[in-house]
Amino acid sequence: MSKSSKQDSDIIMTARFEVLRYNPERDKAPHLREYSVPVTKGMTVLDGLHWIKEHKDHTLSWRSSCRMGVCGSCGMFINGMPRLACNNQIVHLHSDHIIIKPLPNFDIIRDLVPDLESLFNKHRSVKPYLIRKDSEEQNLPTGEFFQSTEELVNYIQFAYCIKCGLCMAACPTVATSENYTGPQALTQGWRYTSDSRDEGAPERAEELYSSHGVYRCHFAGACSQVCPKGVDPALAIQMAKRDAFLKAFGSRKQRQATSVAPPIENWVPKAEIPKAPEPTVTKK
Amino acid sequence: MRESKLWFWHILSSVIILVLLGIHMGIMHLGEILSAIGIGSGDAVASEAVFHRSQQLMFMVTYILLLGAALFHGFYGLRSMLFELSLSKGLEKSIGALCAVAGIGLFLYGSYAAVYVFQMKGVLP
Repeated sequence: MSKSSKQDSDIIMTARFEVLRYNPERDKAPHLREYSVPVTKGMTVLDGLHWIKEHKDHTLSWRSSCRMGVCGSCGMFINGMPRLACNNQIVHLHSDHIIIKPLPNFDIIRDLVPDLESLFNKHRSVKPYLIRKDSEEQNLPTGEFFQSTEELVNYIQFAYCIKCGLCMAACPTVATSENYTGPQALTQGWRYTSDSRDEGAPERAEELYSSHGVYRCHFAGACSQVCPKGVDPALAIQMAKRDAFLKAFGSRKQRQATSVAPPIENWVPKAEIPKAPEPTVTKK
Repeated sequence: MRESKLWFWHILSSVIILVLLGIHMGIMHLGEILSAIGIGSGDAVASEAVFHRSQQLMFMVTYILLLGAALFHGFYGLRSMLFELSLSKGLEKSIGALCAVAGIGLFLYGSYAAVYVFQMKGVLP
């Protein structure tokens, strides 16, 4: 059996892909273009787009990288829902008519490529990194900062965010209010604020609890529904509200960051585990 | 943390409204049912009944409390809705100040009316 005939026999259906096309240099407005795509078992929406690019239209543009729901590049508006194209098999959409548009609430750079600048600007605004008073220890660490399992559980699910922007695309408040910080950035602000190694809550409060911060959330919950990594931004926003409330009325004090964990006594390294290499960068 | 406190009062005012408005609706519109179970008495919207209630300390206090809660809740909600229009910082500050002035003004006017009627005890029927 030749390779092509084997592929033909693998086809389980033909899907009608309607893909939004827009080239700002040539088109006056975005428009939908239709393609027939032979679907094989296990084929994802991203595979379908690759098939179109390979066989029908090499000018079709989108953003993708890992093909396994890790990098967060291929966020698209697929059949009315923000999804990762690589994470959704065509047969699981239960339709042979697939409509693909770029993520809403973002400008279009070209075809299915959204301009995510606003996402990253808002993400940056909440200072998504550990802020500590002992900057010396951070720059020249003498050990690991202590964190218990319970303290890790407090924020770990929020740390799974891959910055794909699906939550921002699904959020009805982001759709109507350009200034709203949005579920992605607010969740990341809370992720670091709730980290026991961090003491940057006062610095983040300016953005988190501003007039465009957590209090503008309408609690639609769409962000949590579409997150491909199971992060619950709606929960993070509610937890941030509770924390602010308790701090504002003095029921909760600003936490002190955990210190460097003491070295484990009588610890003998396992012979089969290789020694960590020496730091290659030292502070002058 | 200013926004946090405003939001807290917004939630608290909603609870106050829920309780006081419930009582108000019960008295004003469920008179027959309340009478049937021996709580209500007569026509609640008759002018005599309205004056009678207004001249009781408990009702005067609840009127002022309901007025304050409703004004705060309403104006904070209005401010929040307007803030979602992606306005400039200056315009947002002006809207905040306008809402505060209008809210305080209406509260003082409404409270004055409630206290005024309360003090007319013996003057009105």
